[in-house]
Amino acid sequence: MEHAKSEPVRSVKFFTPGVFVLLLIIAVGAAFGLYRFIFGIGSVTHLDDQWPWGIWIAIDVATGVALAAGGFTTGALVYIFHREKYHGVIRAALLTAMLGYTFVGIGLMFDLGKFYNIWHPVIYWQGNSVLFEVGICVVCYLNVLYLEFMPIVLERFKEEEFENFPLTLLNPILRVKSVQTAINFVDRILEKLMFIFIIMGVVLSCMHQSSLGALMVIAPTKMHPLWWTPISPLLFLSSAVAVGFPMVIFESMIASKSFKRPREMNILTPLSKMIVVTLGIYLALKLGDMAIRETYLYLGDGSVQSLMWLIEMGAGVVLPLMLLMSAKVRKSAGLLFTSAALVVGGVALNRINVFLVAYDPPYDASPYFPAIGEIAITAALICTLALVYRFVALNFPILEAVHGESD
Amino acid sequence: MKTSRRDFLKIVGLAGGSTLVSGRARGSESPPVLEGAEDWYGCLVDLSLCEGCRKCELACNEANELPSPDVPFDDKSVFEKLRRPSATEYTVVNRYQVPHPTDPEQTKRAFSKVQCMHCKDPACVSACLVGAFTKDKETGAVVYDGSRCMGCRYCMVACPFQVPAYEYFNAFTPVVRKCQYCVHRISKEGGLPACVKMCPKEAITFGIRDDLVKLGWEKIKHPGGKNRKHGPYVEHLYGENEVGGTGWMYLSTVPFNQLGFLNLPLEAPPRTTETIQHGIFKHFVPPIALYTLLGVCMYLFKDKNKPAESPEG
Repeated sequence: MEHAKSEPVRSVKFFTPGVFVLLLIIAVGAAFGLYRFIFGIGSVTHLDDQWPWGIWIAIDVATGVALAAGGFTTGALVYIFHREKYHGVIRAALLTAMLGYTFVGIGLMFDLGKFYNIWHPVIYWQGNSVLFEVGICVVCYLNVLYLEFMPIVLERFKEEEFENFPLTLLNPILRVKSVQTAINFVDRILEKLMFIFIIMGVVLSCMHQSSLGALMVIAPTKMHPLWWTPISPLLFLSSAVAVGFPMVIFESMIASKSFKRPREMNILTPLSKMIVVTLGIYLALKLGDMAIRETYLYLGDGSVQSLMWLIEMGAGVVLPLMLLMSAKVRKSAGLLFTSAALVVGGVALNRINVFLVAYDPPYDASPYFPAIGEIAITAALICTLALVYRFVALNFPILEAVHGESD
Repeated sequence: MKTSRRDFLKIVGLAGGSTLVSGRARGSESPPVLEGAEDWYGCLVDLSLCEGCRKCELACNEANELPSPDVPFDDKSVFEKLRRPSATEYTVVNRYQVPHPTDPEQTKRAFSKVQCMHCKDPACVSACLVGAFTKDKETGAVVYDGSRCMGCRYCMVACPFQVPAYEYFNAFTPVVRKCQYCVHRISKEGGLPACVKMCPKEAITFGIRDDLVKLGWEKIKHPGGKNRKHGPYVEHLYGENEVGGTGWMYLSTVPFNQLGFLNLPLEAPPRTTETIQHGIFKHFVPPIALYTLLGVCMYLFKDKNKPAESPEG
């Protein structure tokens, strides 16, 4: 390959003061999690018969799926449209997607009352259900992501021995000659078949990203008109596509800082130019829908919903779009990071708005605000994801080898 | 028999607007969920007869072996708060103070019974991803099978009446709880739901739903007998057409919005979502087409750009 070789990050140690802070948050969340599995969902959440879904669905699942879109968008860009210059970010995007979807599944285990029945959609098919489609696609895509990631693991298995516990336990096994033969064999087969999985990953993503948007369409009378629209699936798909590259930029810059590596501006700046197109399409669809359904009438009513809509679209779409249209912004690390973070925040806020802010149960006794236990578990999941990412990046060839000084 | 009922519905449809008729007029194919709908049971509740004795709640509690309530069923203090069906109460009666029909200075008491409406085209059945909710083909009851349930609670999001309740404090085997229409009783000859059987005022009429629509409109058009003292009925058979029609329907002399009834669209919510869903996945053509398109792109762009090896992970 003509690309720079990827290799494990060796410039930093796993444990830093920041990592201990994350571990503390994880410990708190784990305590609440244990409590939830002993005393039930009601014991740690503010969920009730009026509010069956809270932040575990809006953030852990809906936002998690949206922000994992960097995987399929970058995959399509590099492998289907063969824009080889973006190769440097593909593995990080793939890792983010794989971990993102894995944690969507783990997060669901906390929210599902009968978490041990999570596999039921595989045998009890209900094709009329939008959620069935989401569930099956997510399960399939998760497997595709693991398959797409496998060559990276195998590549590492073929190289020098692991240095960090617990991966060092694998070293004696990997030393066996027949194991290496098997690894080479599987790797060759995967390489031959990989194009099937790459296309499949993009198709599955398009399917469930849009279906996720159809979930709340079934509750027209409980949804605020600013977000209830029959084209919600299209809005979810286009916003997922729009947030893919910003998420790659956002995460690449954080990784550069955390791993004390130079920023990958040579890749990120041209990548950010494409956001203008994807985010522009999303904005056009959103405003077109608003114009056709005349929902702008609700914007002036001073409600929480109208305010949230304006923040979502103003700070999360219009502002970053205007910023990214400027070449100066795209070349400036700080401004590019800000713009990417705004898009990420805007799409996250959209998912929270659709699943929580727009939801207005007709007989609600009290408004929903997440309980401390819900927030603690969600925070712990995000922190765990970040730590797993760090661990994988430190031990597997995810990021491209750096030559020259770090910044 | 069936044809005559449909003919009657068409007549009613002209007067009151029938979903069945309007559904056909729109040319949309009748959803499979409505197969056999003409034989489904319904309940017609005459709210003008309800005096808030809560005997229906008692009967429901016993029939479903629900836990004894903290406040006994003859205690009227529960009326101080408006209640919703819950995991331990499949039906509740609420008391409302409504304007007096003749004396504007005065208010009067009115009652309303709440339980699962057993929609003809239920949102919960369409929403449930594992088919834990089904529309019983014989009786029209919307029944729930907890052994399939994952506990995602999408049914609760979907229900326009906010009826299904969840056992949030059951850590290991929580299930959704709601009125099952006493399906084991009504599927037997002459069987009645426990609440219907118990009502001392005979405020609830159980029968074939289509017949009850006819009966309801006859009562609205020709009020007489016991309810005369309460003034005329509101010209609205609640549940006849709401969200595609519901098994439980209501007659009232008090405007429905004063009794906690929601103003709902006439189209069943699943008609929108299932149209989108089956549109996107019609015979899997769109996903396969997308797959093919992307495959072609992958091939073409490979030639266009510099010759590259097969993609690697």
